[in-house]
Amino acid sequence: MKLNLIKIVNGCRLGQIQNLGKTGDITMDIPGCLLYTKTGSAPHLTHHTLHNIHGVPAMAQLTLSSLAEHHEVLAEYKEGVGKFIGMPESLLYCSLHDPVSPCPAGYVTNKSVSVWGVGGRVEMTTSKFMAIQEALQPDWFQCLSDGEVACEEVTSIKRVRKSVDRSLLFLDNCLQLQEKSEVLRQSMIIGVIEGGDVIEERLRSARETAKRPVGGFLLDGFRGNPATLDTRLQLLSSVTAELPEDKPRLICGVSRPDEVLKCIERGVDLFESFFPYQVTERGCALTFSFDYQPNPEETLLQQNGIQEDIKYVDQVKKIKTSGCNQEMTSFEINLKEKKFQEDFNPLVRGCSCYSCKNHTRAYIHHLLVTNELLARVLLMMHNFEHYFGFFHSIREALKSDRLAQLKELIFRQAP
Amino acid sequence: MAAAASPASLESAPRIMRLVAECSRSRARAGELRLPHGTVATPVFMPVGTQATMKGITTEQLDALGCRICLGNTYHLGLRPGPELIQKAHGLHGFMNWPHNLLTDSGGFQMVSLVSLSEVTEEGVRFRSPYDGDETLLSPERSVEIQNALGSDIIMQLDDVVSSTVTGPRVEEAMHRSVRWLDRCIAAHRRPDKQNLFAIIQGGLDAKLRATCLEEMTKRDVPGFAIGGLSGGESKEQFWRMVELSTSRLPKDKPRYLMGVGYATDLVVCVALGCDMFDCVYPTRTAVRPGAGAGAWLRGRGEGPWAPPTPAKQRPSPRADGRPPSCAQLRLMSAVRASIVEQRFPEFVRDFMGTMYGDRTLCPPWATEALASVGITLG
Repeated sequence: MKLNLIKIVNGCRLGQIQNLGKTGDITMDIPGCLLYTKTGSAPHLTHHTLHNIHGVPAMAQLTLSSLAEHHEVLAEYKEGVGKFIGMPESLLYCSLHDPVSPCPAGYVTNKSVSVWGVGGRVEMTTSKFMAIQEALQPDWFQCLSDGEVACEEVTSIKRVRKSVDRSLLFLDNCLQLQEKSEVLRQSMIIGVIEGGDVIEERLRSARETAKRPVGGFLLDGFRGNPATLDTRLQLLSSVTAELPEDKPRLICGVSRPDEVLKCIERGVDLFESFFPYQVTERGCALTFSFDYQPNPEETLLQQNGIQEDIKYVDQVKKIKTSGCNQEMTSFEINLKEKKFQEDFNPLVRGCSCYSCKNHTRAYIHHLLVTNELLARVLLMMHNFEHYFGFFHSIREALKSDRLAQLKELIFRQAP
Repeated sequence: MAAAASPASLESAPRIMRLVAECSRSRARAGELRLPHGTVATPVFMPVGTQATMKGITTEQLDALGCRICLGNTYHLGLRPGPELIQKAHGLHGFMNWPHNLLTDSGGFQMVSLVSLSEVTEEGVRFRSPYDGDETLLSPERSVEIQNALGSDIIMQLDDVVSSTVTGPRVEEAMHRSVRWLDRCIAAHRRPDKQNLFAIIQGGLDAKLRATCLEEMTKRDVPGFAIGGLSGGESKEQFWRMVELSTSRLPKDKPRYLMGVGYATDLVVCVALGCDMFDCVYPTRTAVRPGAGAGAWLRGRGEGPWAPPTPAKQRPSPRADGRPPSCAQLRLMSAVRASIVEQRFPEFVRDFMGTMYGDRTLCPPWATEALASVGITLG
């Protein structure tokens, strides 16, 4: 793996990660995102429909919380989870938790961390954790870490310090175990930066983790509501300043377009793409514009469109869906609304995704109202493509030094 | 058209069926249906897309599977989103963006499946909507009107459907009423040039009643016939005899649509008995993965990747194994058709039963009898 930085503009890193994958010929662009999955299949999609999407990232995220209980089967299978799920060509990153499902606090000990699968809690020591990774054989994996500080409301300095100590201890153990296994040496360990909201601990975690031979860094504990993120952003810059330039920086729990931009400005390279999934689950479609250099006609239409959406969002409702107790954002429209019943436009005019090229808002509205599976298939296809298009526009904007324009456009549409 | 009170005075209905090959032993035929949205090879299995969608698969995937005709449901679509909206969307084809053929049923079957919500009179079927408690009357005229708005290539008459387990005078009443309703449908049909109205043979499990129905309905010159009132709870012994009776009296040059049959063995036997078109909610409703049934037969040929189990609580990816439901049935019909065209259908049947049941002699007795009645022996 080689990280090739093309340029750094106002803290934003533009570049490529090269020589990835078993044959070493896959490349990933940064800033970028990972394809969100739980067990390896993109939600609602089969290989066929996934391949209809333009711009699918080279690396997919799997979550250990979904896979840990299948450990024995995978160990028996011997050939790794990529082949098992029918995606042998894809790069795979295994995260500890599912960003969409919060983890209950109080289960990390000095010796183990727990994840929650469908069947309940799976407790993992470093040896069990590494045994699971040996069965999965991902390209990258998040090291076992103590990320509970973010789950709790008020944390003592003592607890924060412990989270940093434990995570470093787990890291050292895992690195040792990796040395002994030829299979595990094929995977890259991502070191996890902890430290809650305590600057000293954050810096300590960053410096110590950077001393270890990890392949990259995961910035943990930054998820939360927009208000908490803003305070934490100040920490973020200090943390990334301590990290080597030539290794990728991932962040978990941050996926909204405005938050993504804020983190890129503070040295983050890779994001999870669970936001489009959450939007899909609440029956919504991403419609925010990332066209930062439209022609004058388009600008006018865009401005009118944005004004409409903003007026509409004044009646924002809380939409409860399975596990996604999230409020709708102003980046999306809710296809269940009656006003779409006779709207024969595509989800987004000009979008080249399968759903927009073939179907109408009226049809998707009907599918949602009648509780049909296809509703979420079509929404997922659009939302992923739209989101990947957003990341493409970030890179283009960085290339041509127009990020300020893109920022202005996105923040204008943010709540 | 409004003056056509006497069915005998109708103009000749289009001949939409072209026979390509016939089995020299049984009644199996291979053919082509010439429909407004293209040709359909028969025998054919038609996936059911009740509410203008095929349970989680895109129209592109359906097209890629080779499907050229599928079903929509008039009762459901008539309620949501309603015929006016669909008309604004350029018909059901436009609304769901399906470039090939569509067949809509009349909405009548819901009389049986939703029987607690319905009441039948000479006028039509009165339904109470499960969604808002509103009452609607589905008459032959209204059913055809909705189907005209939907714009499907084949539309079905509204028939008086009774469950096949019902006996007594109700069966006869329903049969005669179905004939009268057929005439009302024919009279109300505003687009005979664009949409093909099929009659539905009733008569339950009573050979005399069914024979009467066949005699009457074949006097009406419709483009095709369906065999209805079966595939309920009746025994397979009674079932196949009614199918055989029906195909023996239906014209050869018109398609025979056997409604509600979708299990692999039933499909193969009923093709042998002379049926051309089939539909069944079973594969889409249960999202059958290759396992038992037709899937096993196909898997014997090395088809089908493994799939990890999807947890019950999560909404599953439509098909974790990448293979849509109904796929097995579609490919089975394709294989059946090839065997008829190549004059080896009886062999195909023997081979099929062998794979399905491990041994031909373990084929269920009703199927063995049914096949024997048209000259195919398994032993």
